[in-house]
Amino acid sequence: MSKVRVLVGTHKGAFVLSSDGKRKNWDVKGPFFGGWEMYHLKGSPADPNRLYASQTNGWFGQLIQRSNDGGETWEPVGNKFAYDGVAGTHQWYDGTPHPWEFKRVWHLEPSLTDPDTVYAGVEDAALFRSTDGGQSWQELSGLRKHGTGPRWQPGAGGMCLHTILLDPSNAGRMYIAISAAGAFRTNDGGTTWQPINRGLHSQYIPDPNAEVGHCVHHITMHPSRPEVLFMQKHWDVMRSDNAGDTWQEVSGNLPTDFGFAIDVHAHEPETLYVVPIKSDSEHYPIDGKLRVYRSRAGGNEWEPLTKGLPQRDCYVNVLRDAMSVDSLDECGVYFGTTGGQVYCSADAGDSWAPIARDLPAVFSVEVQTLP
Amino acid sequence: MTPRLVRIELPAHLRTLAGVGREVTLEMKGAITQRSVVDALEARYPMLRGTIRDQVTQQRRPFLRFFACEQDLSHEPPDAPLPDAVVSGTEPLIILGAIAGG
Repeated sequence: MSKVRVLVGTHKGAFVLSSDGKRKNWDVKGPFFGGWEMYHLKGSPADPNRLYASQTNGWFGQLIQRSNDGGETWEPVGNKFAYDGVAGTHQWYDGTPHPWEFKRVWHLEPSLTDPDTVYAGVEDAALFRSTDGGQSWQELSGLRKHGTGPRWQPGAGGMCLHTILLDPSNAGRMYIAISAAGAFRTNDGGTTWQPINRGLHSQYIPDPNAEVGHCVHHITMHPSRPEVLFMQKHWDVMRSDNAGDTWQEVSGNLPTDFGFAIDVHAHEPETLYVVPIKSDSEHYPIDGKLRVYRSRAGGNEWEPLTKGLPQRDCYVNVLRDAMSVDSLDECGVYFGTTGGQVYCSADAGDSWAPIARDLPAVFSVEVQTLP
Repeated sequence: MTPRLVRIELPAHLRTLAGVGREVTLEMKGAITQRSVVDALEARYPMLRGTIRDQVTQQRRPFLRFFACEQDLSHEPPDAPLPDAVVSGTEPLIILGAIAGG
């Protein structure tokens, strides 16, 4: 029978949650790296026992951990993230130039085909790649140097490169997103990049339709249709059907289109999930009701999913990397909250149950479907 | 030159990371300075690279300080000799994390 393994990064350590395909009974292991901020953990699609984890804190900086046995044991690997050449400046919050400074790794994206190749999205925004299992890291500086970098600006959480999507049908194509710069695409494996933000409209920036400057919160795709992208922007849920060349809004009947997380059903490329958050100044659900919204139409038409989720007095947030899906026959959907709950739906969102209720604030949730 | 045994006291997270106790002892030759001690520490425990000083700038991390013999040595030049009591192994060089955070 298939199994699932859920990798959870929290404010104070990492946890590995395991279950069989029924997803009823869970084994919780952890905390790993207790006391550290674990921004993200992710497994290699080419070798599911190869895991990478971003471990950081304000005292001791950044570490990268690697496991070769599915999270049973870990070893620190390379943690030198040196920008290529002169780092230059981006915009500070007040619009003045500010030097690029490495702070932490937000997201790790292992290659689809090689367990030793992994990408790291970092703050201040840049993309790094390792081809030796995380021992050494090289910046793909064509992104930071393609021309718009001096106009990038940090979002409230810092100027982070938080999303990395690898196109399974085109080894040279990759998408990334930065808060607050926008989305970018490469077609040549990361050498050259272009902004892909046409159609985004952000009223909080001087030119709402600017080429860059948009606070993109997360992007997702279904692997069977990698040219179709779905985005949760600061405000607005967006969709592109042409690999990001143009975007249109699909917020539809959502009660609020602010949020962070967005994901796609494993077997239904038009079925989406978001967690609407009240506003950019109130990072919790509307009316204290934790509701996932599902669209089966690729956006615009959304239904609330509430069964098993708290419908009163709930004021948690769901961060951008804290939602994931498994690929069992009946798609499982998972998300973690800043209140330390990890919820699982084993029926594509119809009903939910907590796997864990009292972890530290959850930063990230990634699911592995294992044979 | 006779090797010297230099004692270094580490903050809790770095002890866990390196798999050591509160204090480690390093056998060192040559000048005993902040830089040479951290160099030797990182050579003996490579997992500590980047945790005490930034790997690119080589600057001490801002939430860490170096103490010895009841003196704050954090702002001393990195190549200045450490106190005799540290060089002789009588006192440890203490790497201390700021009491801060949540």
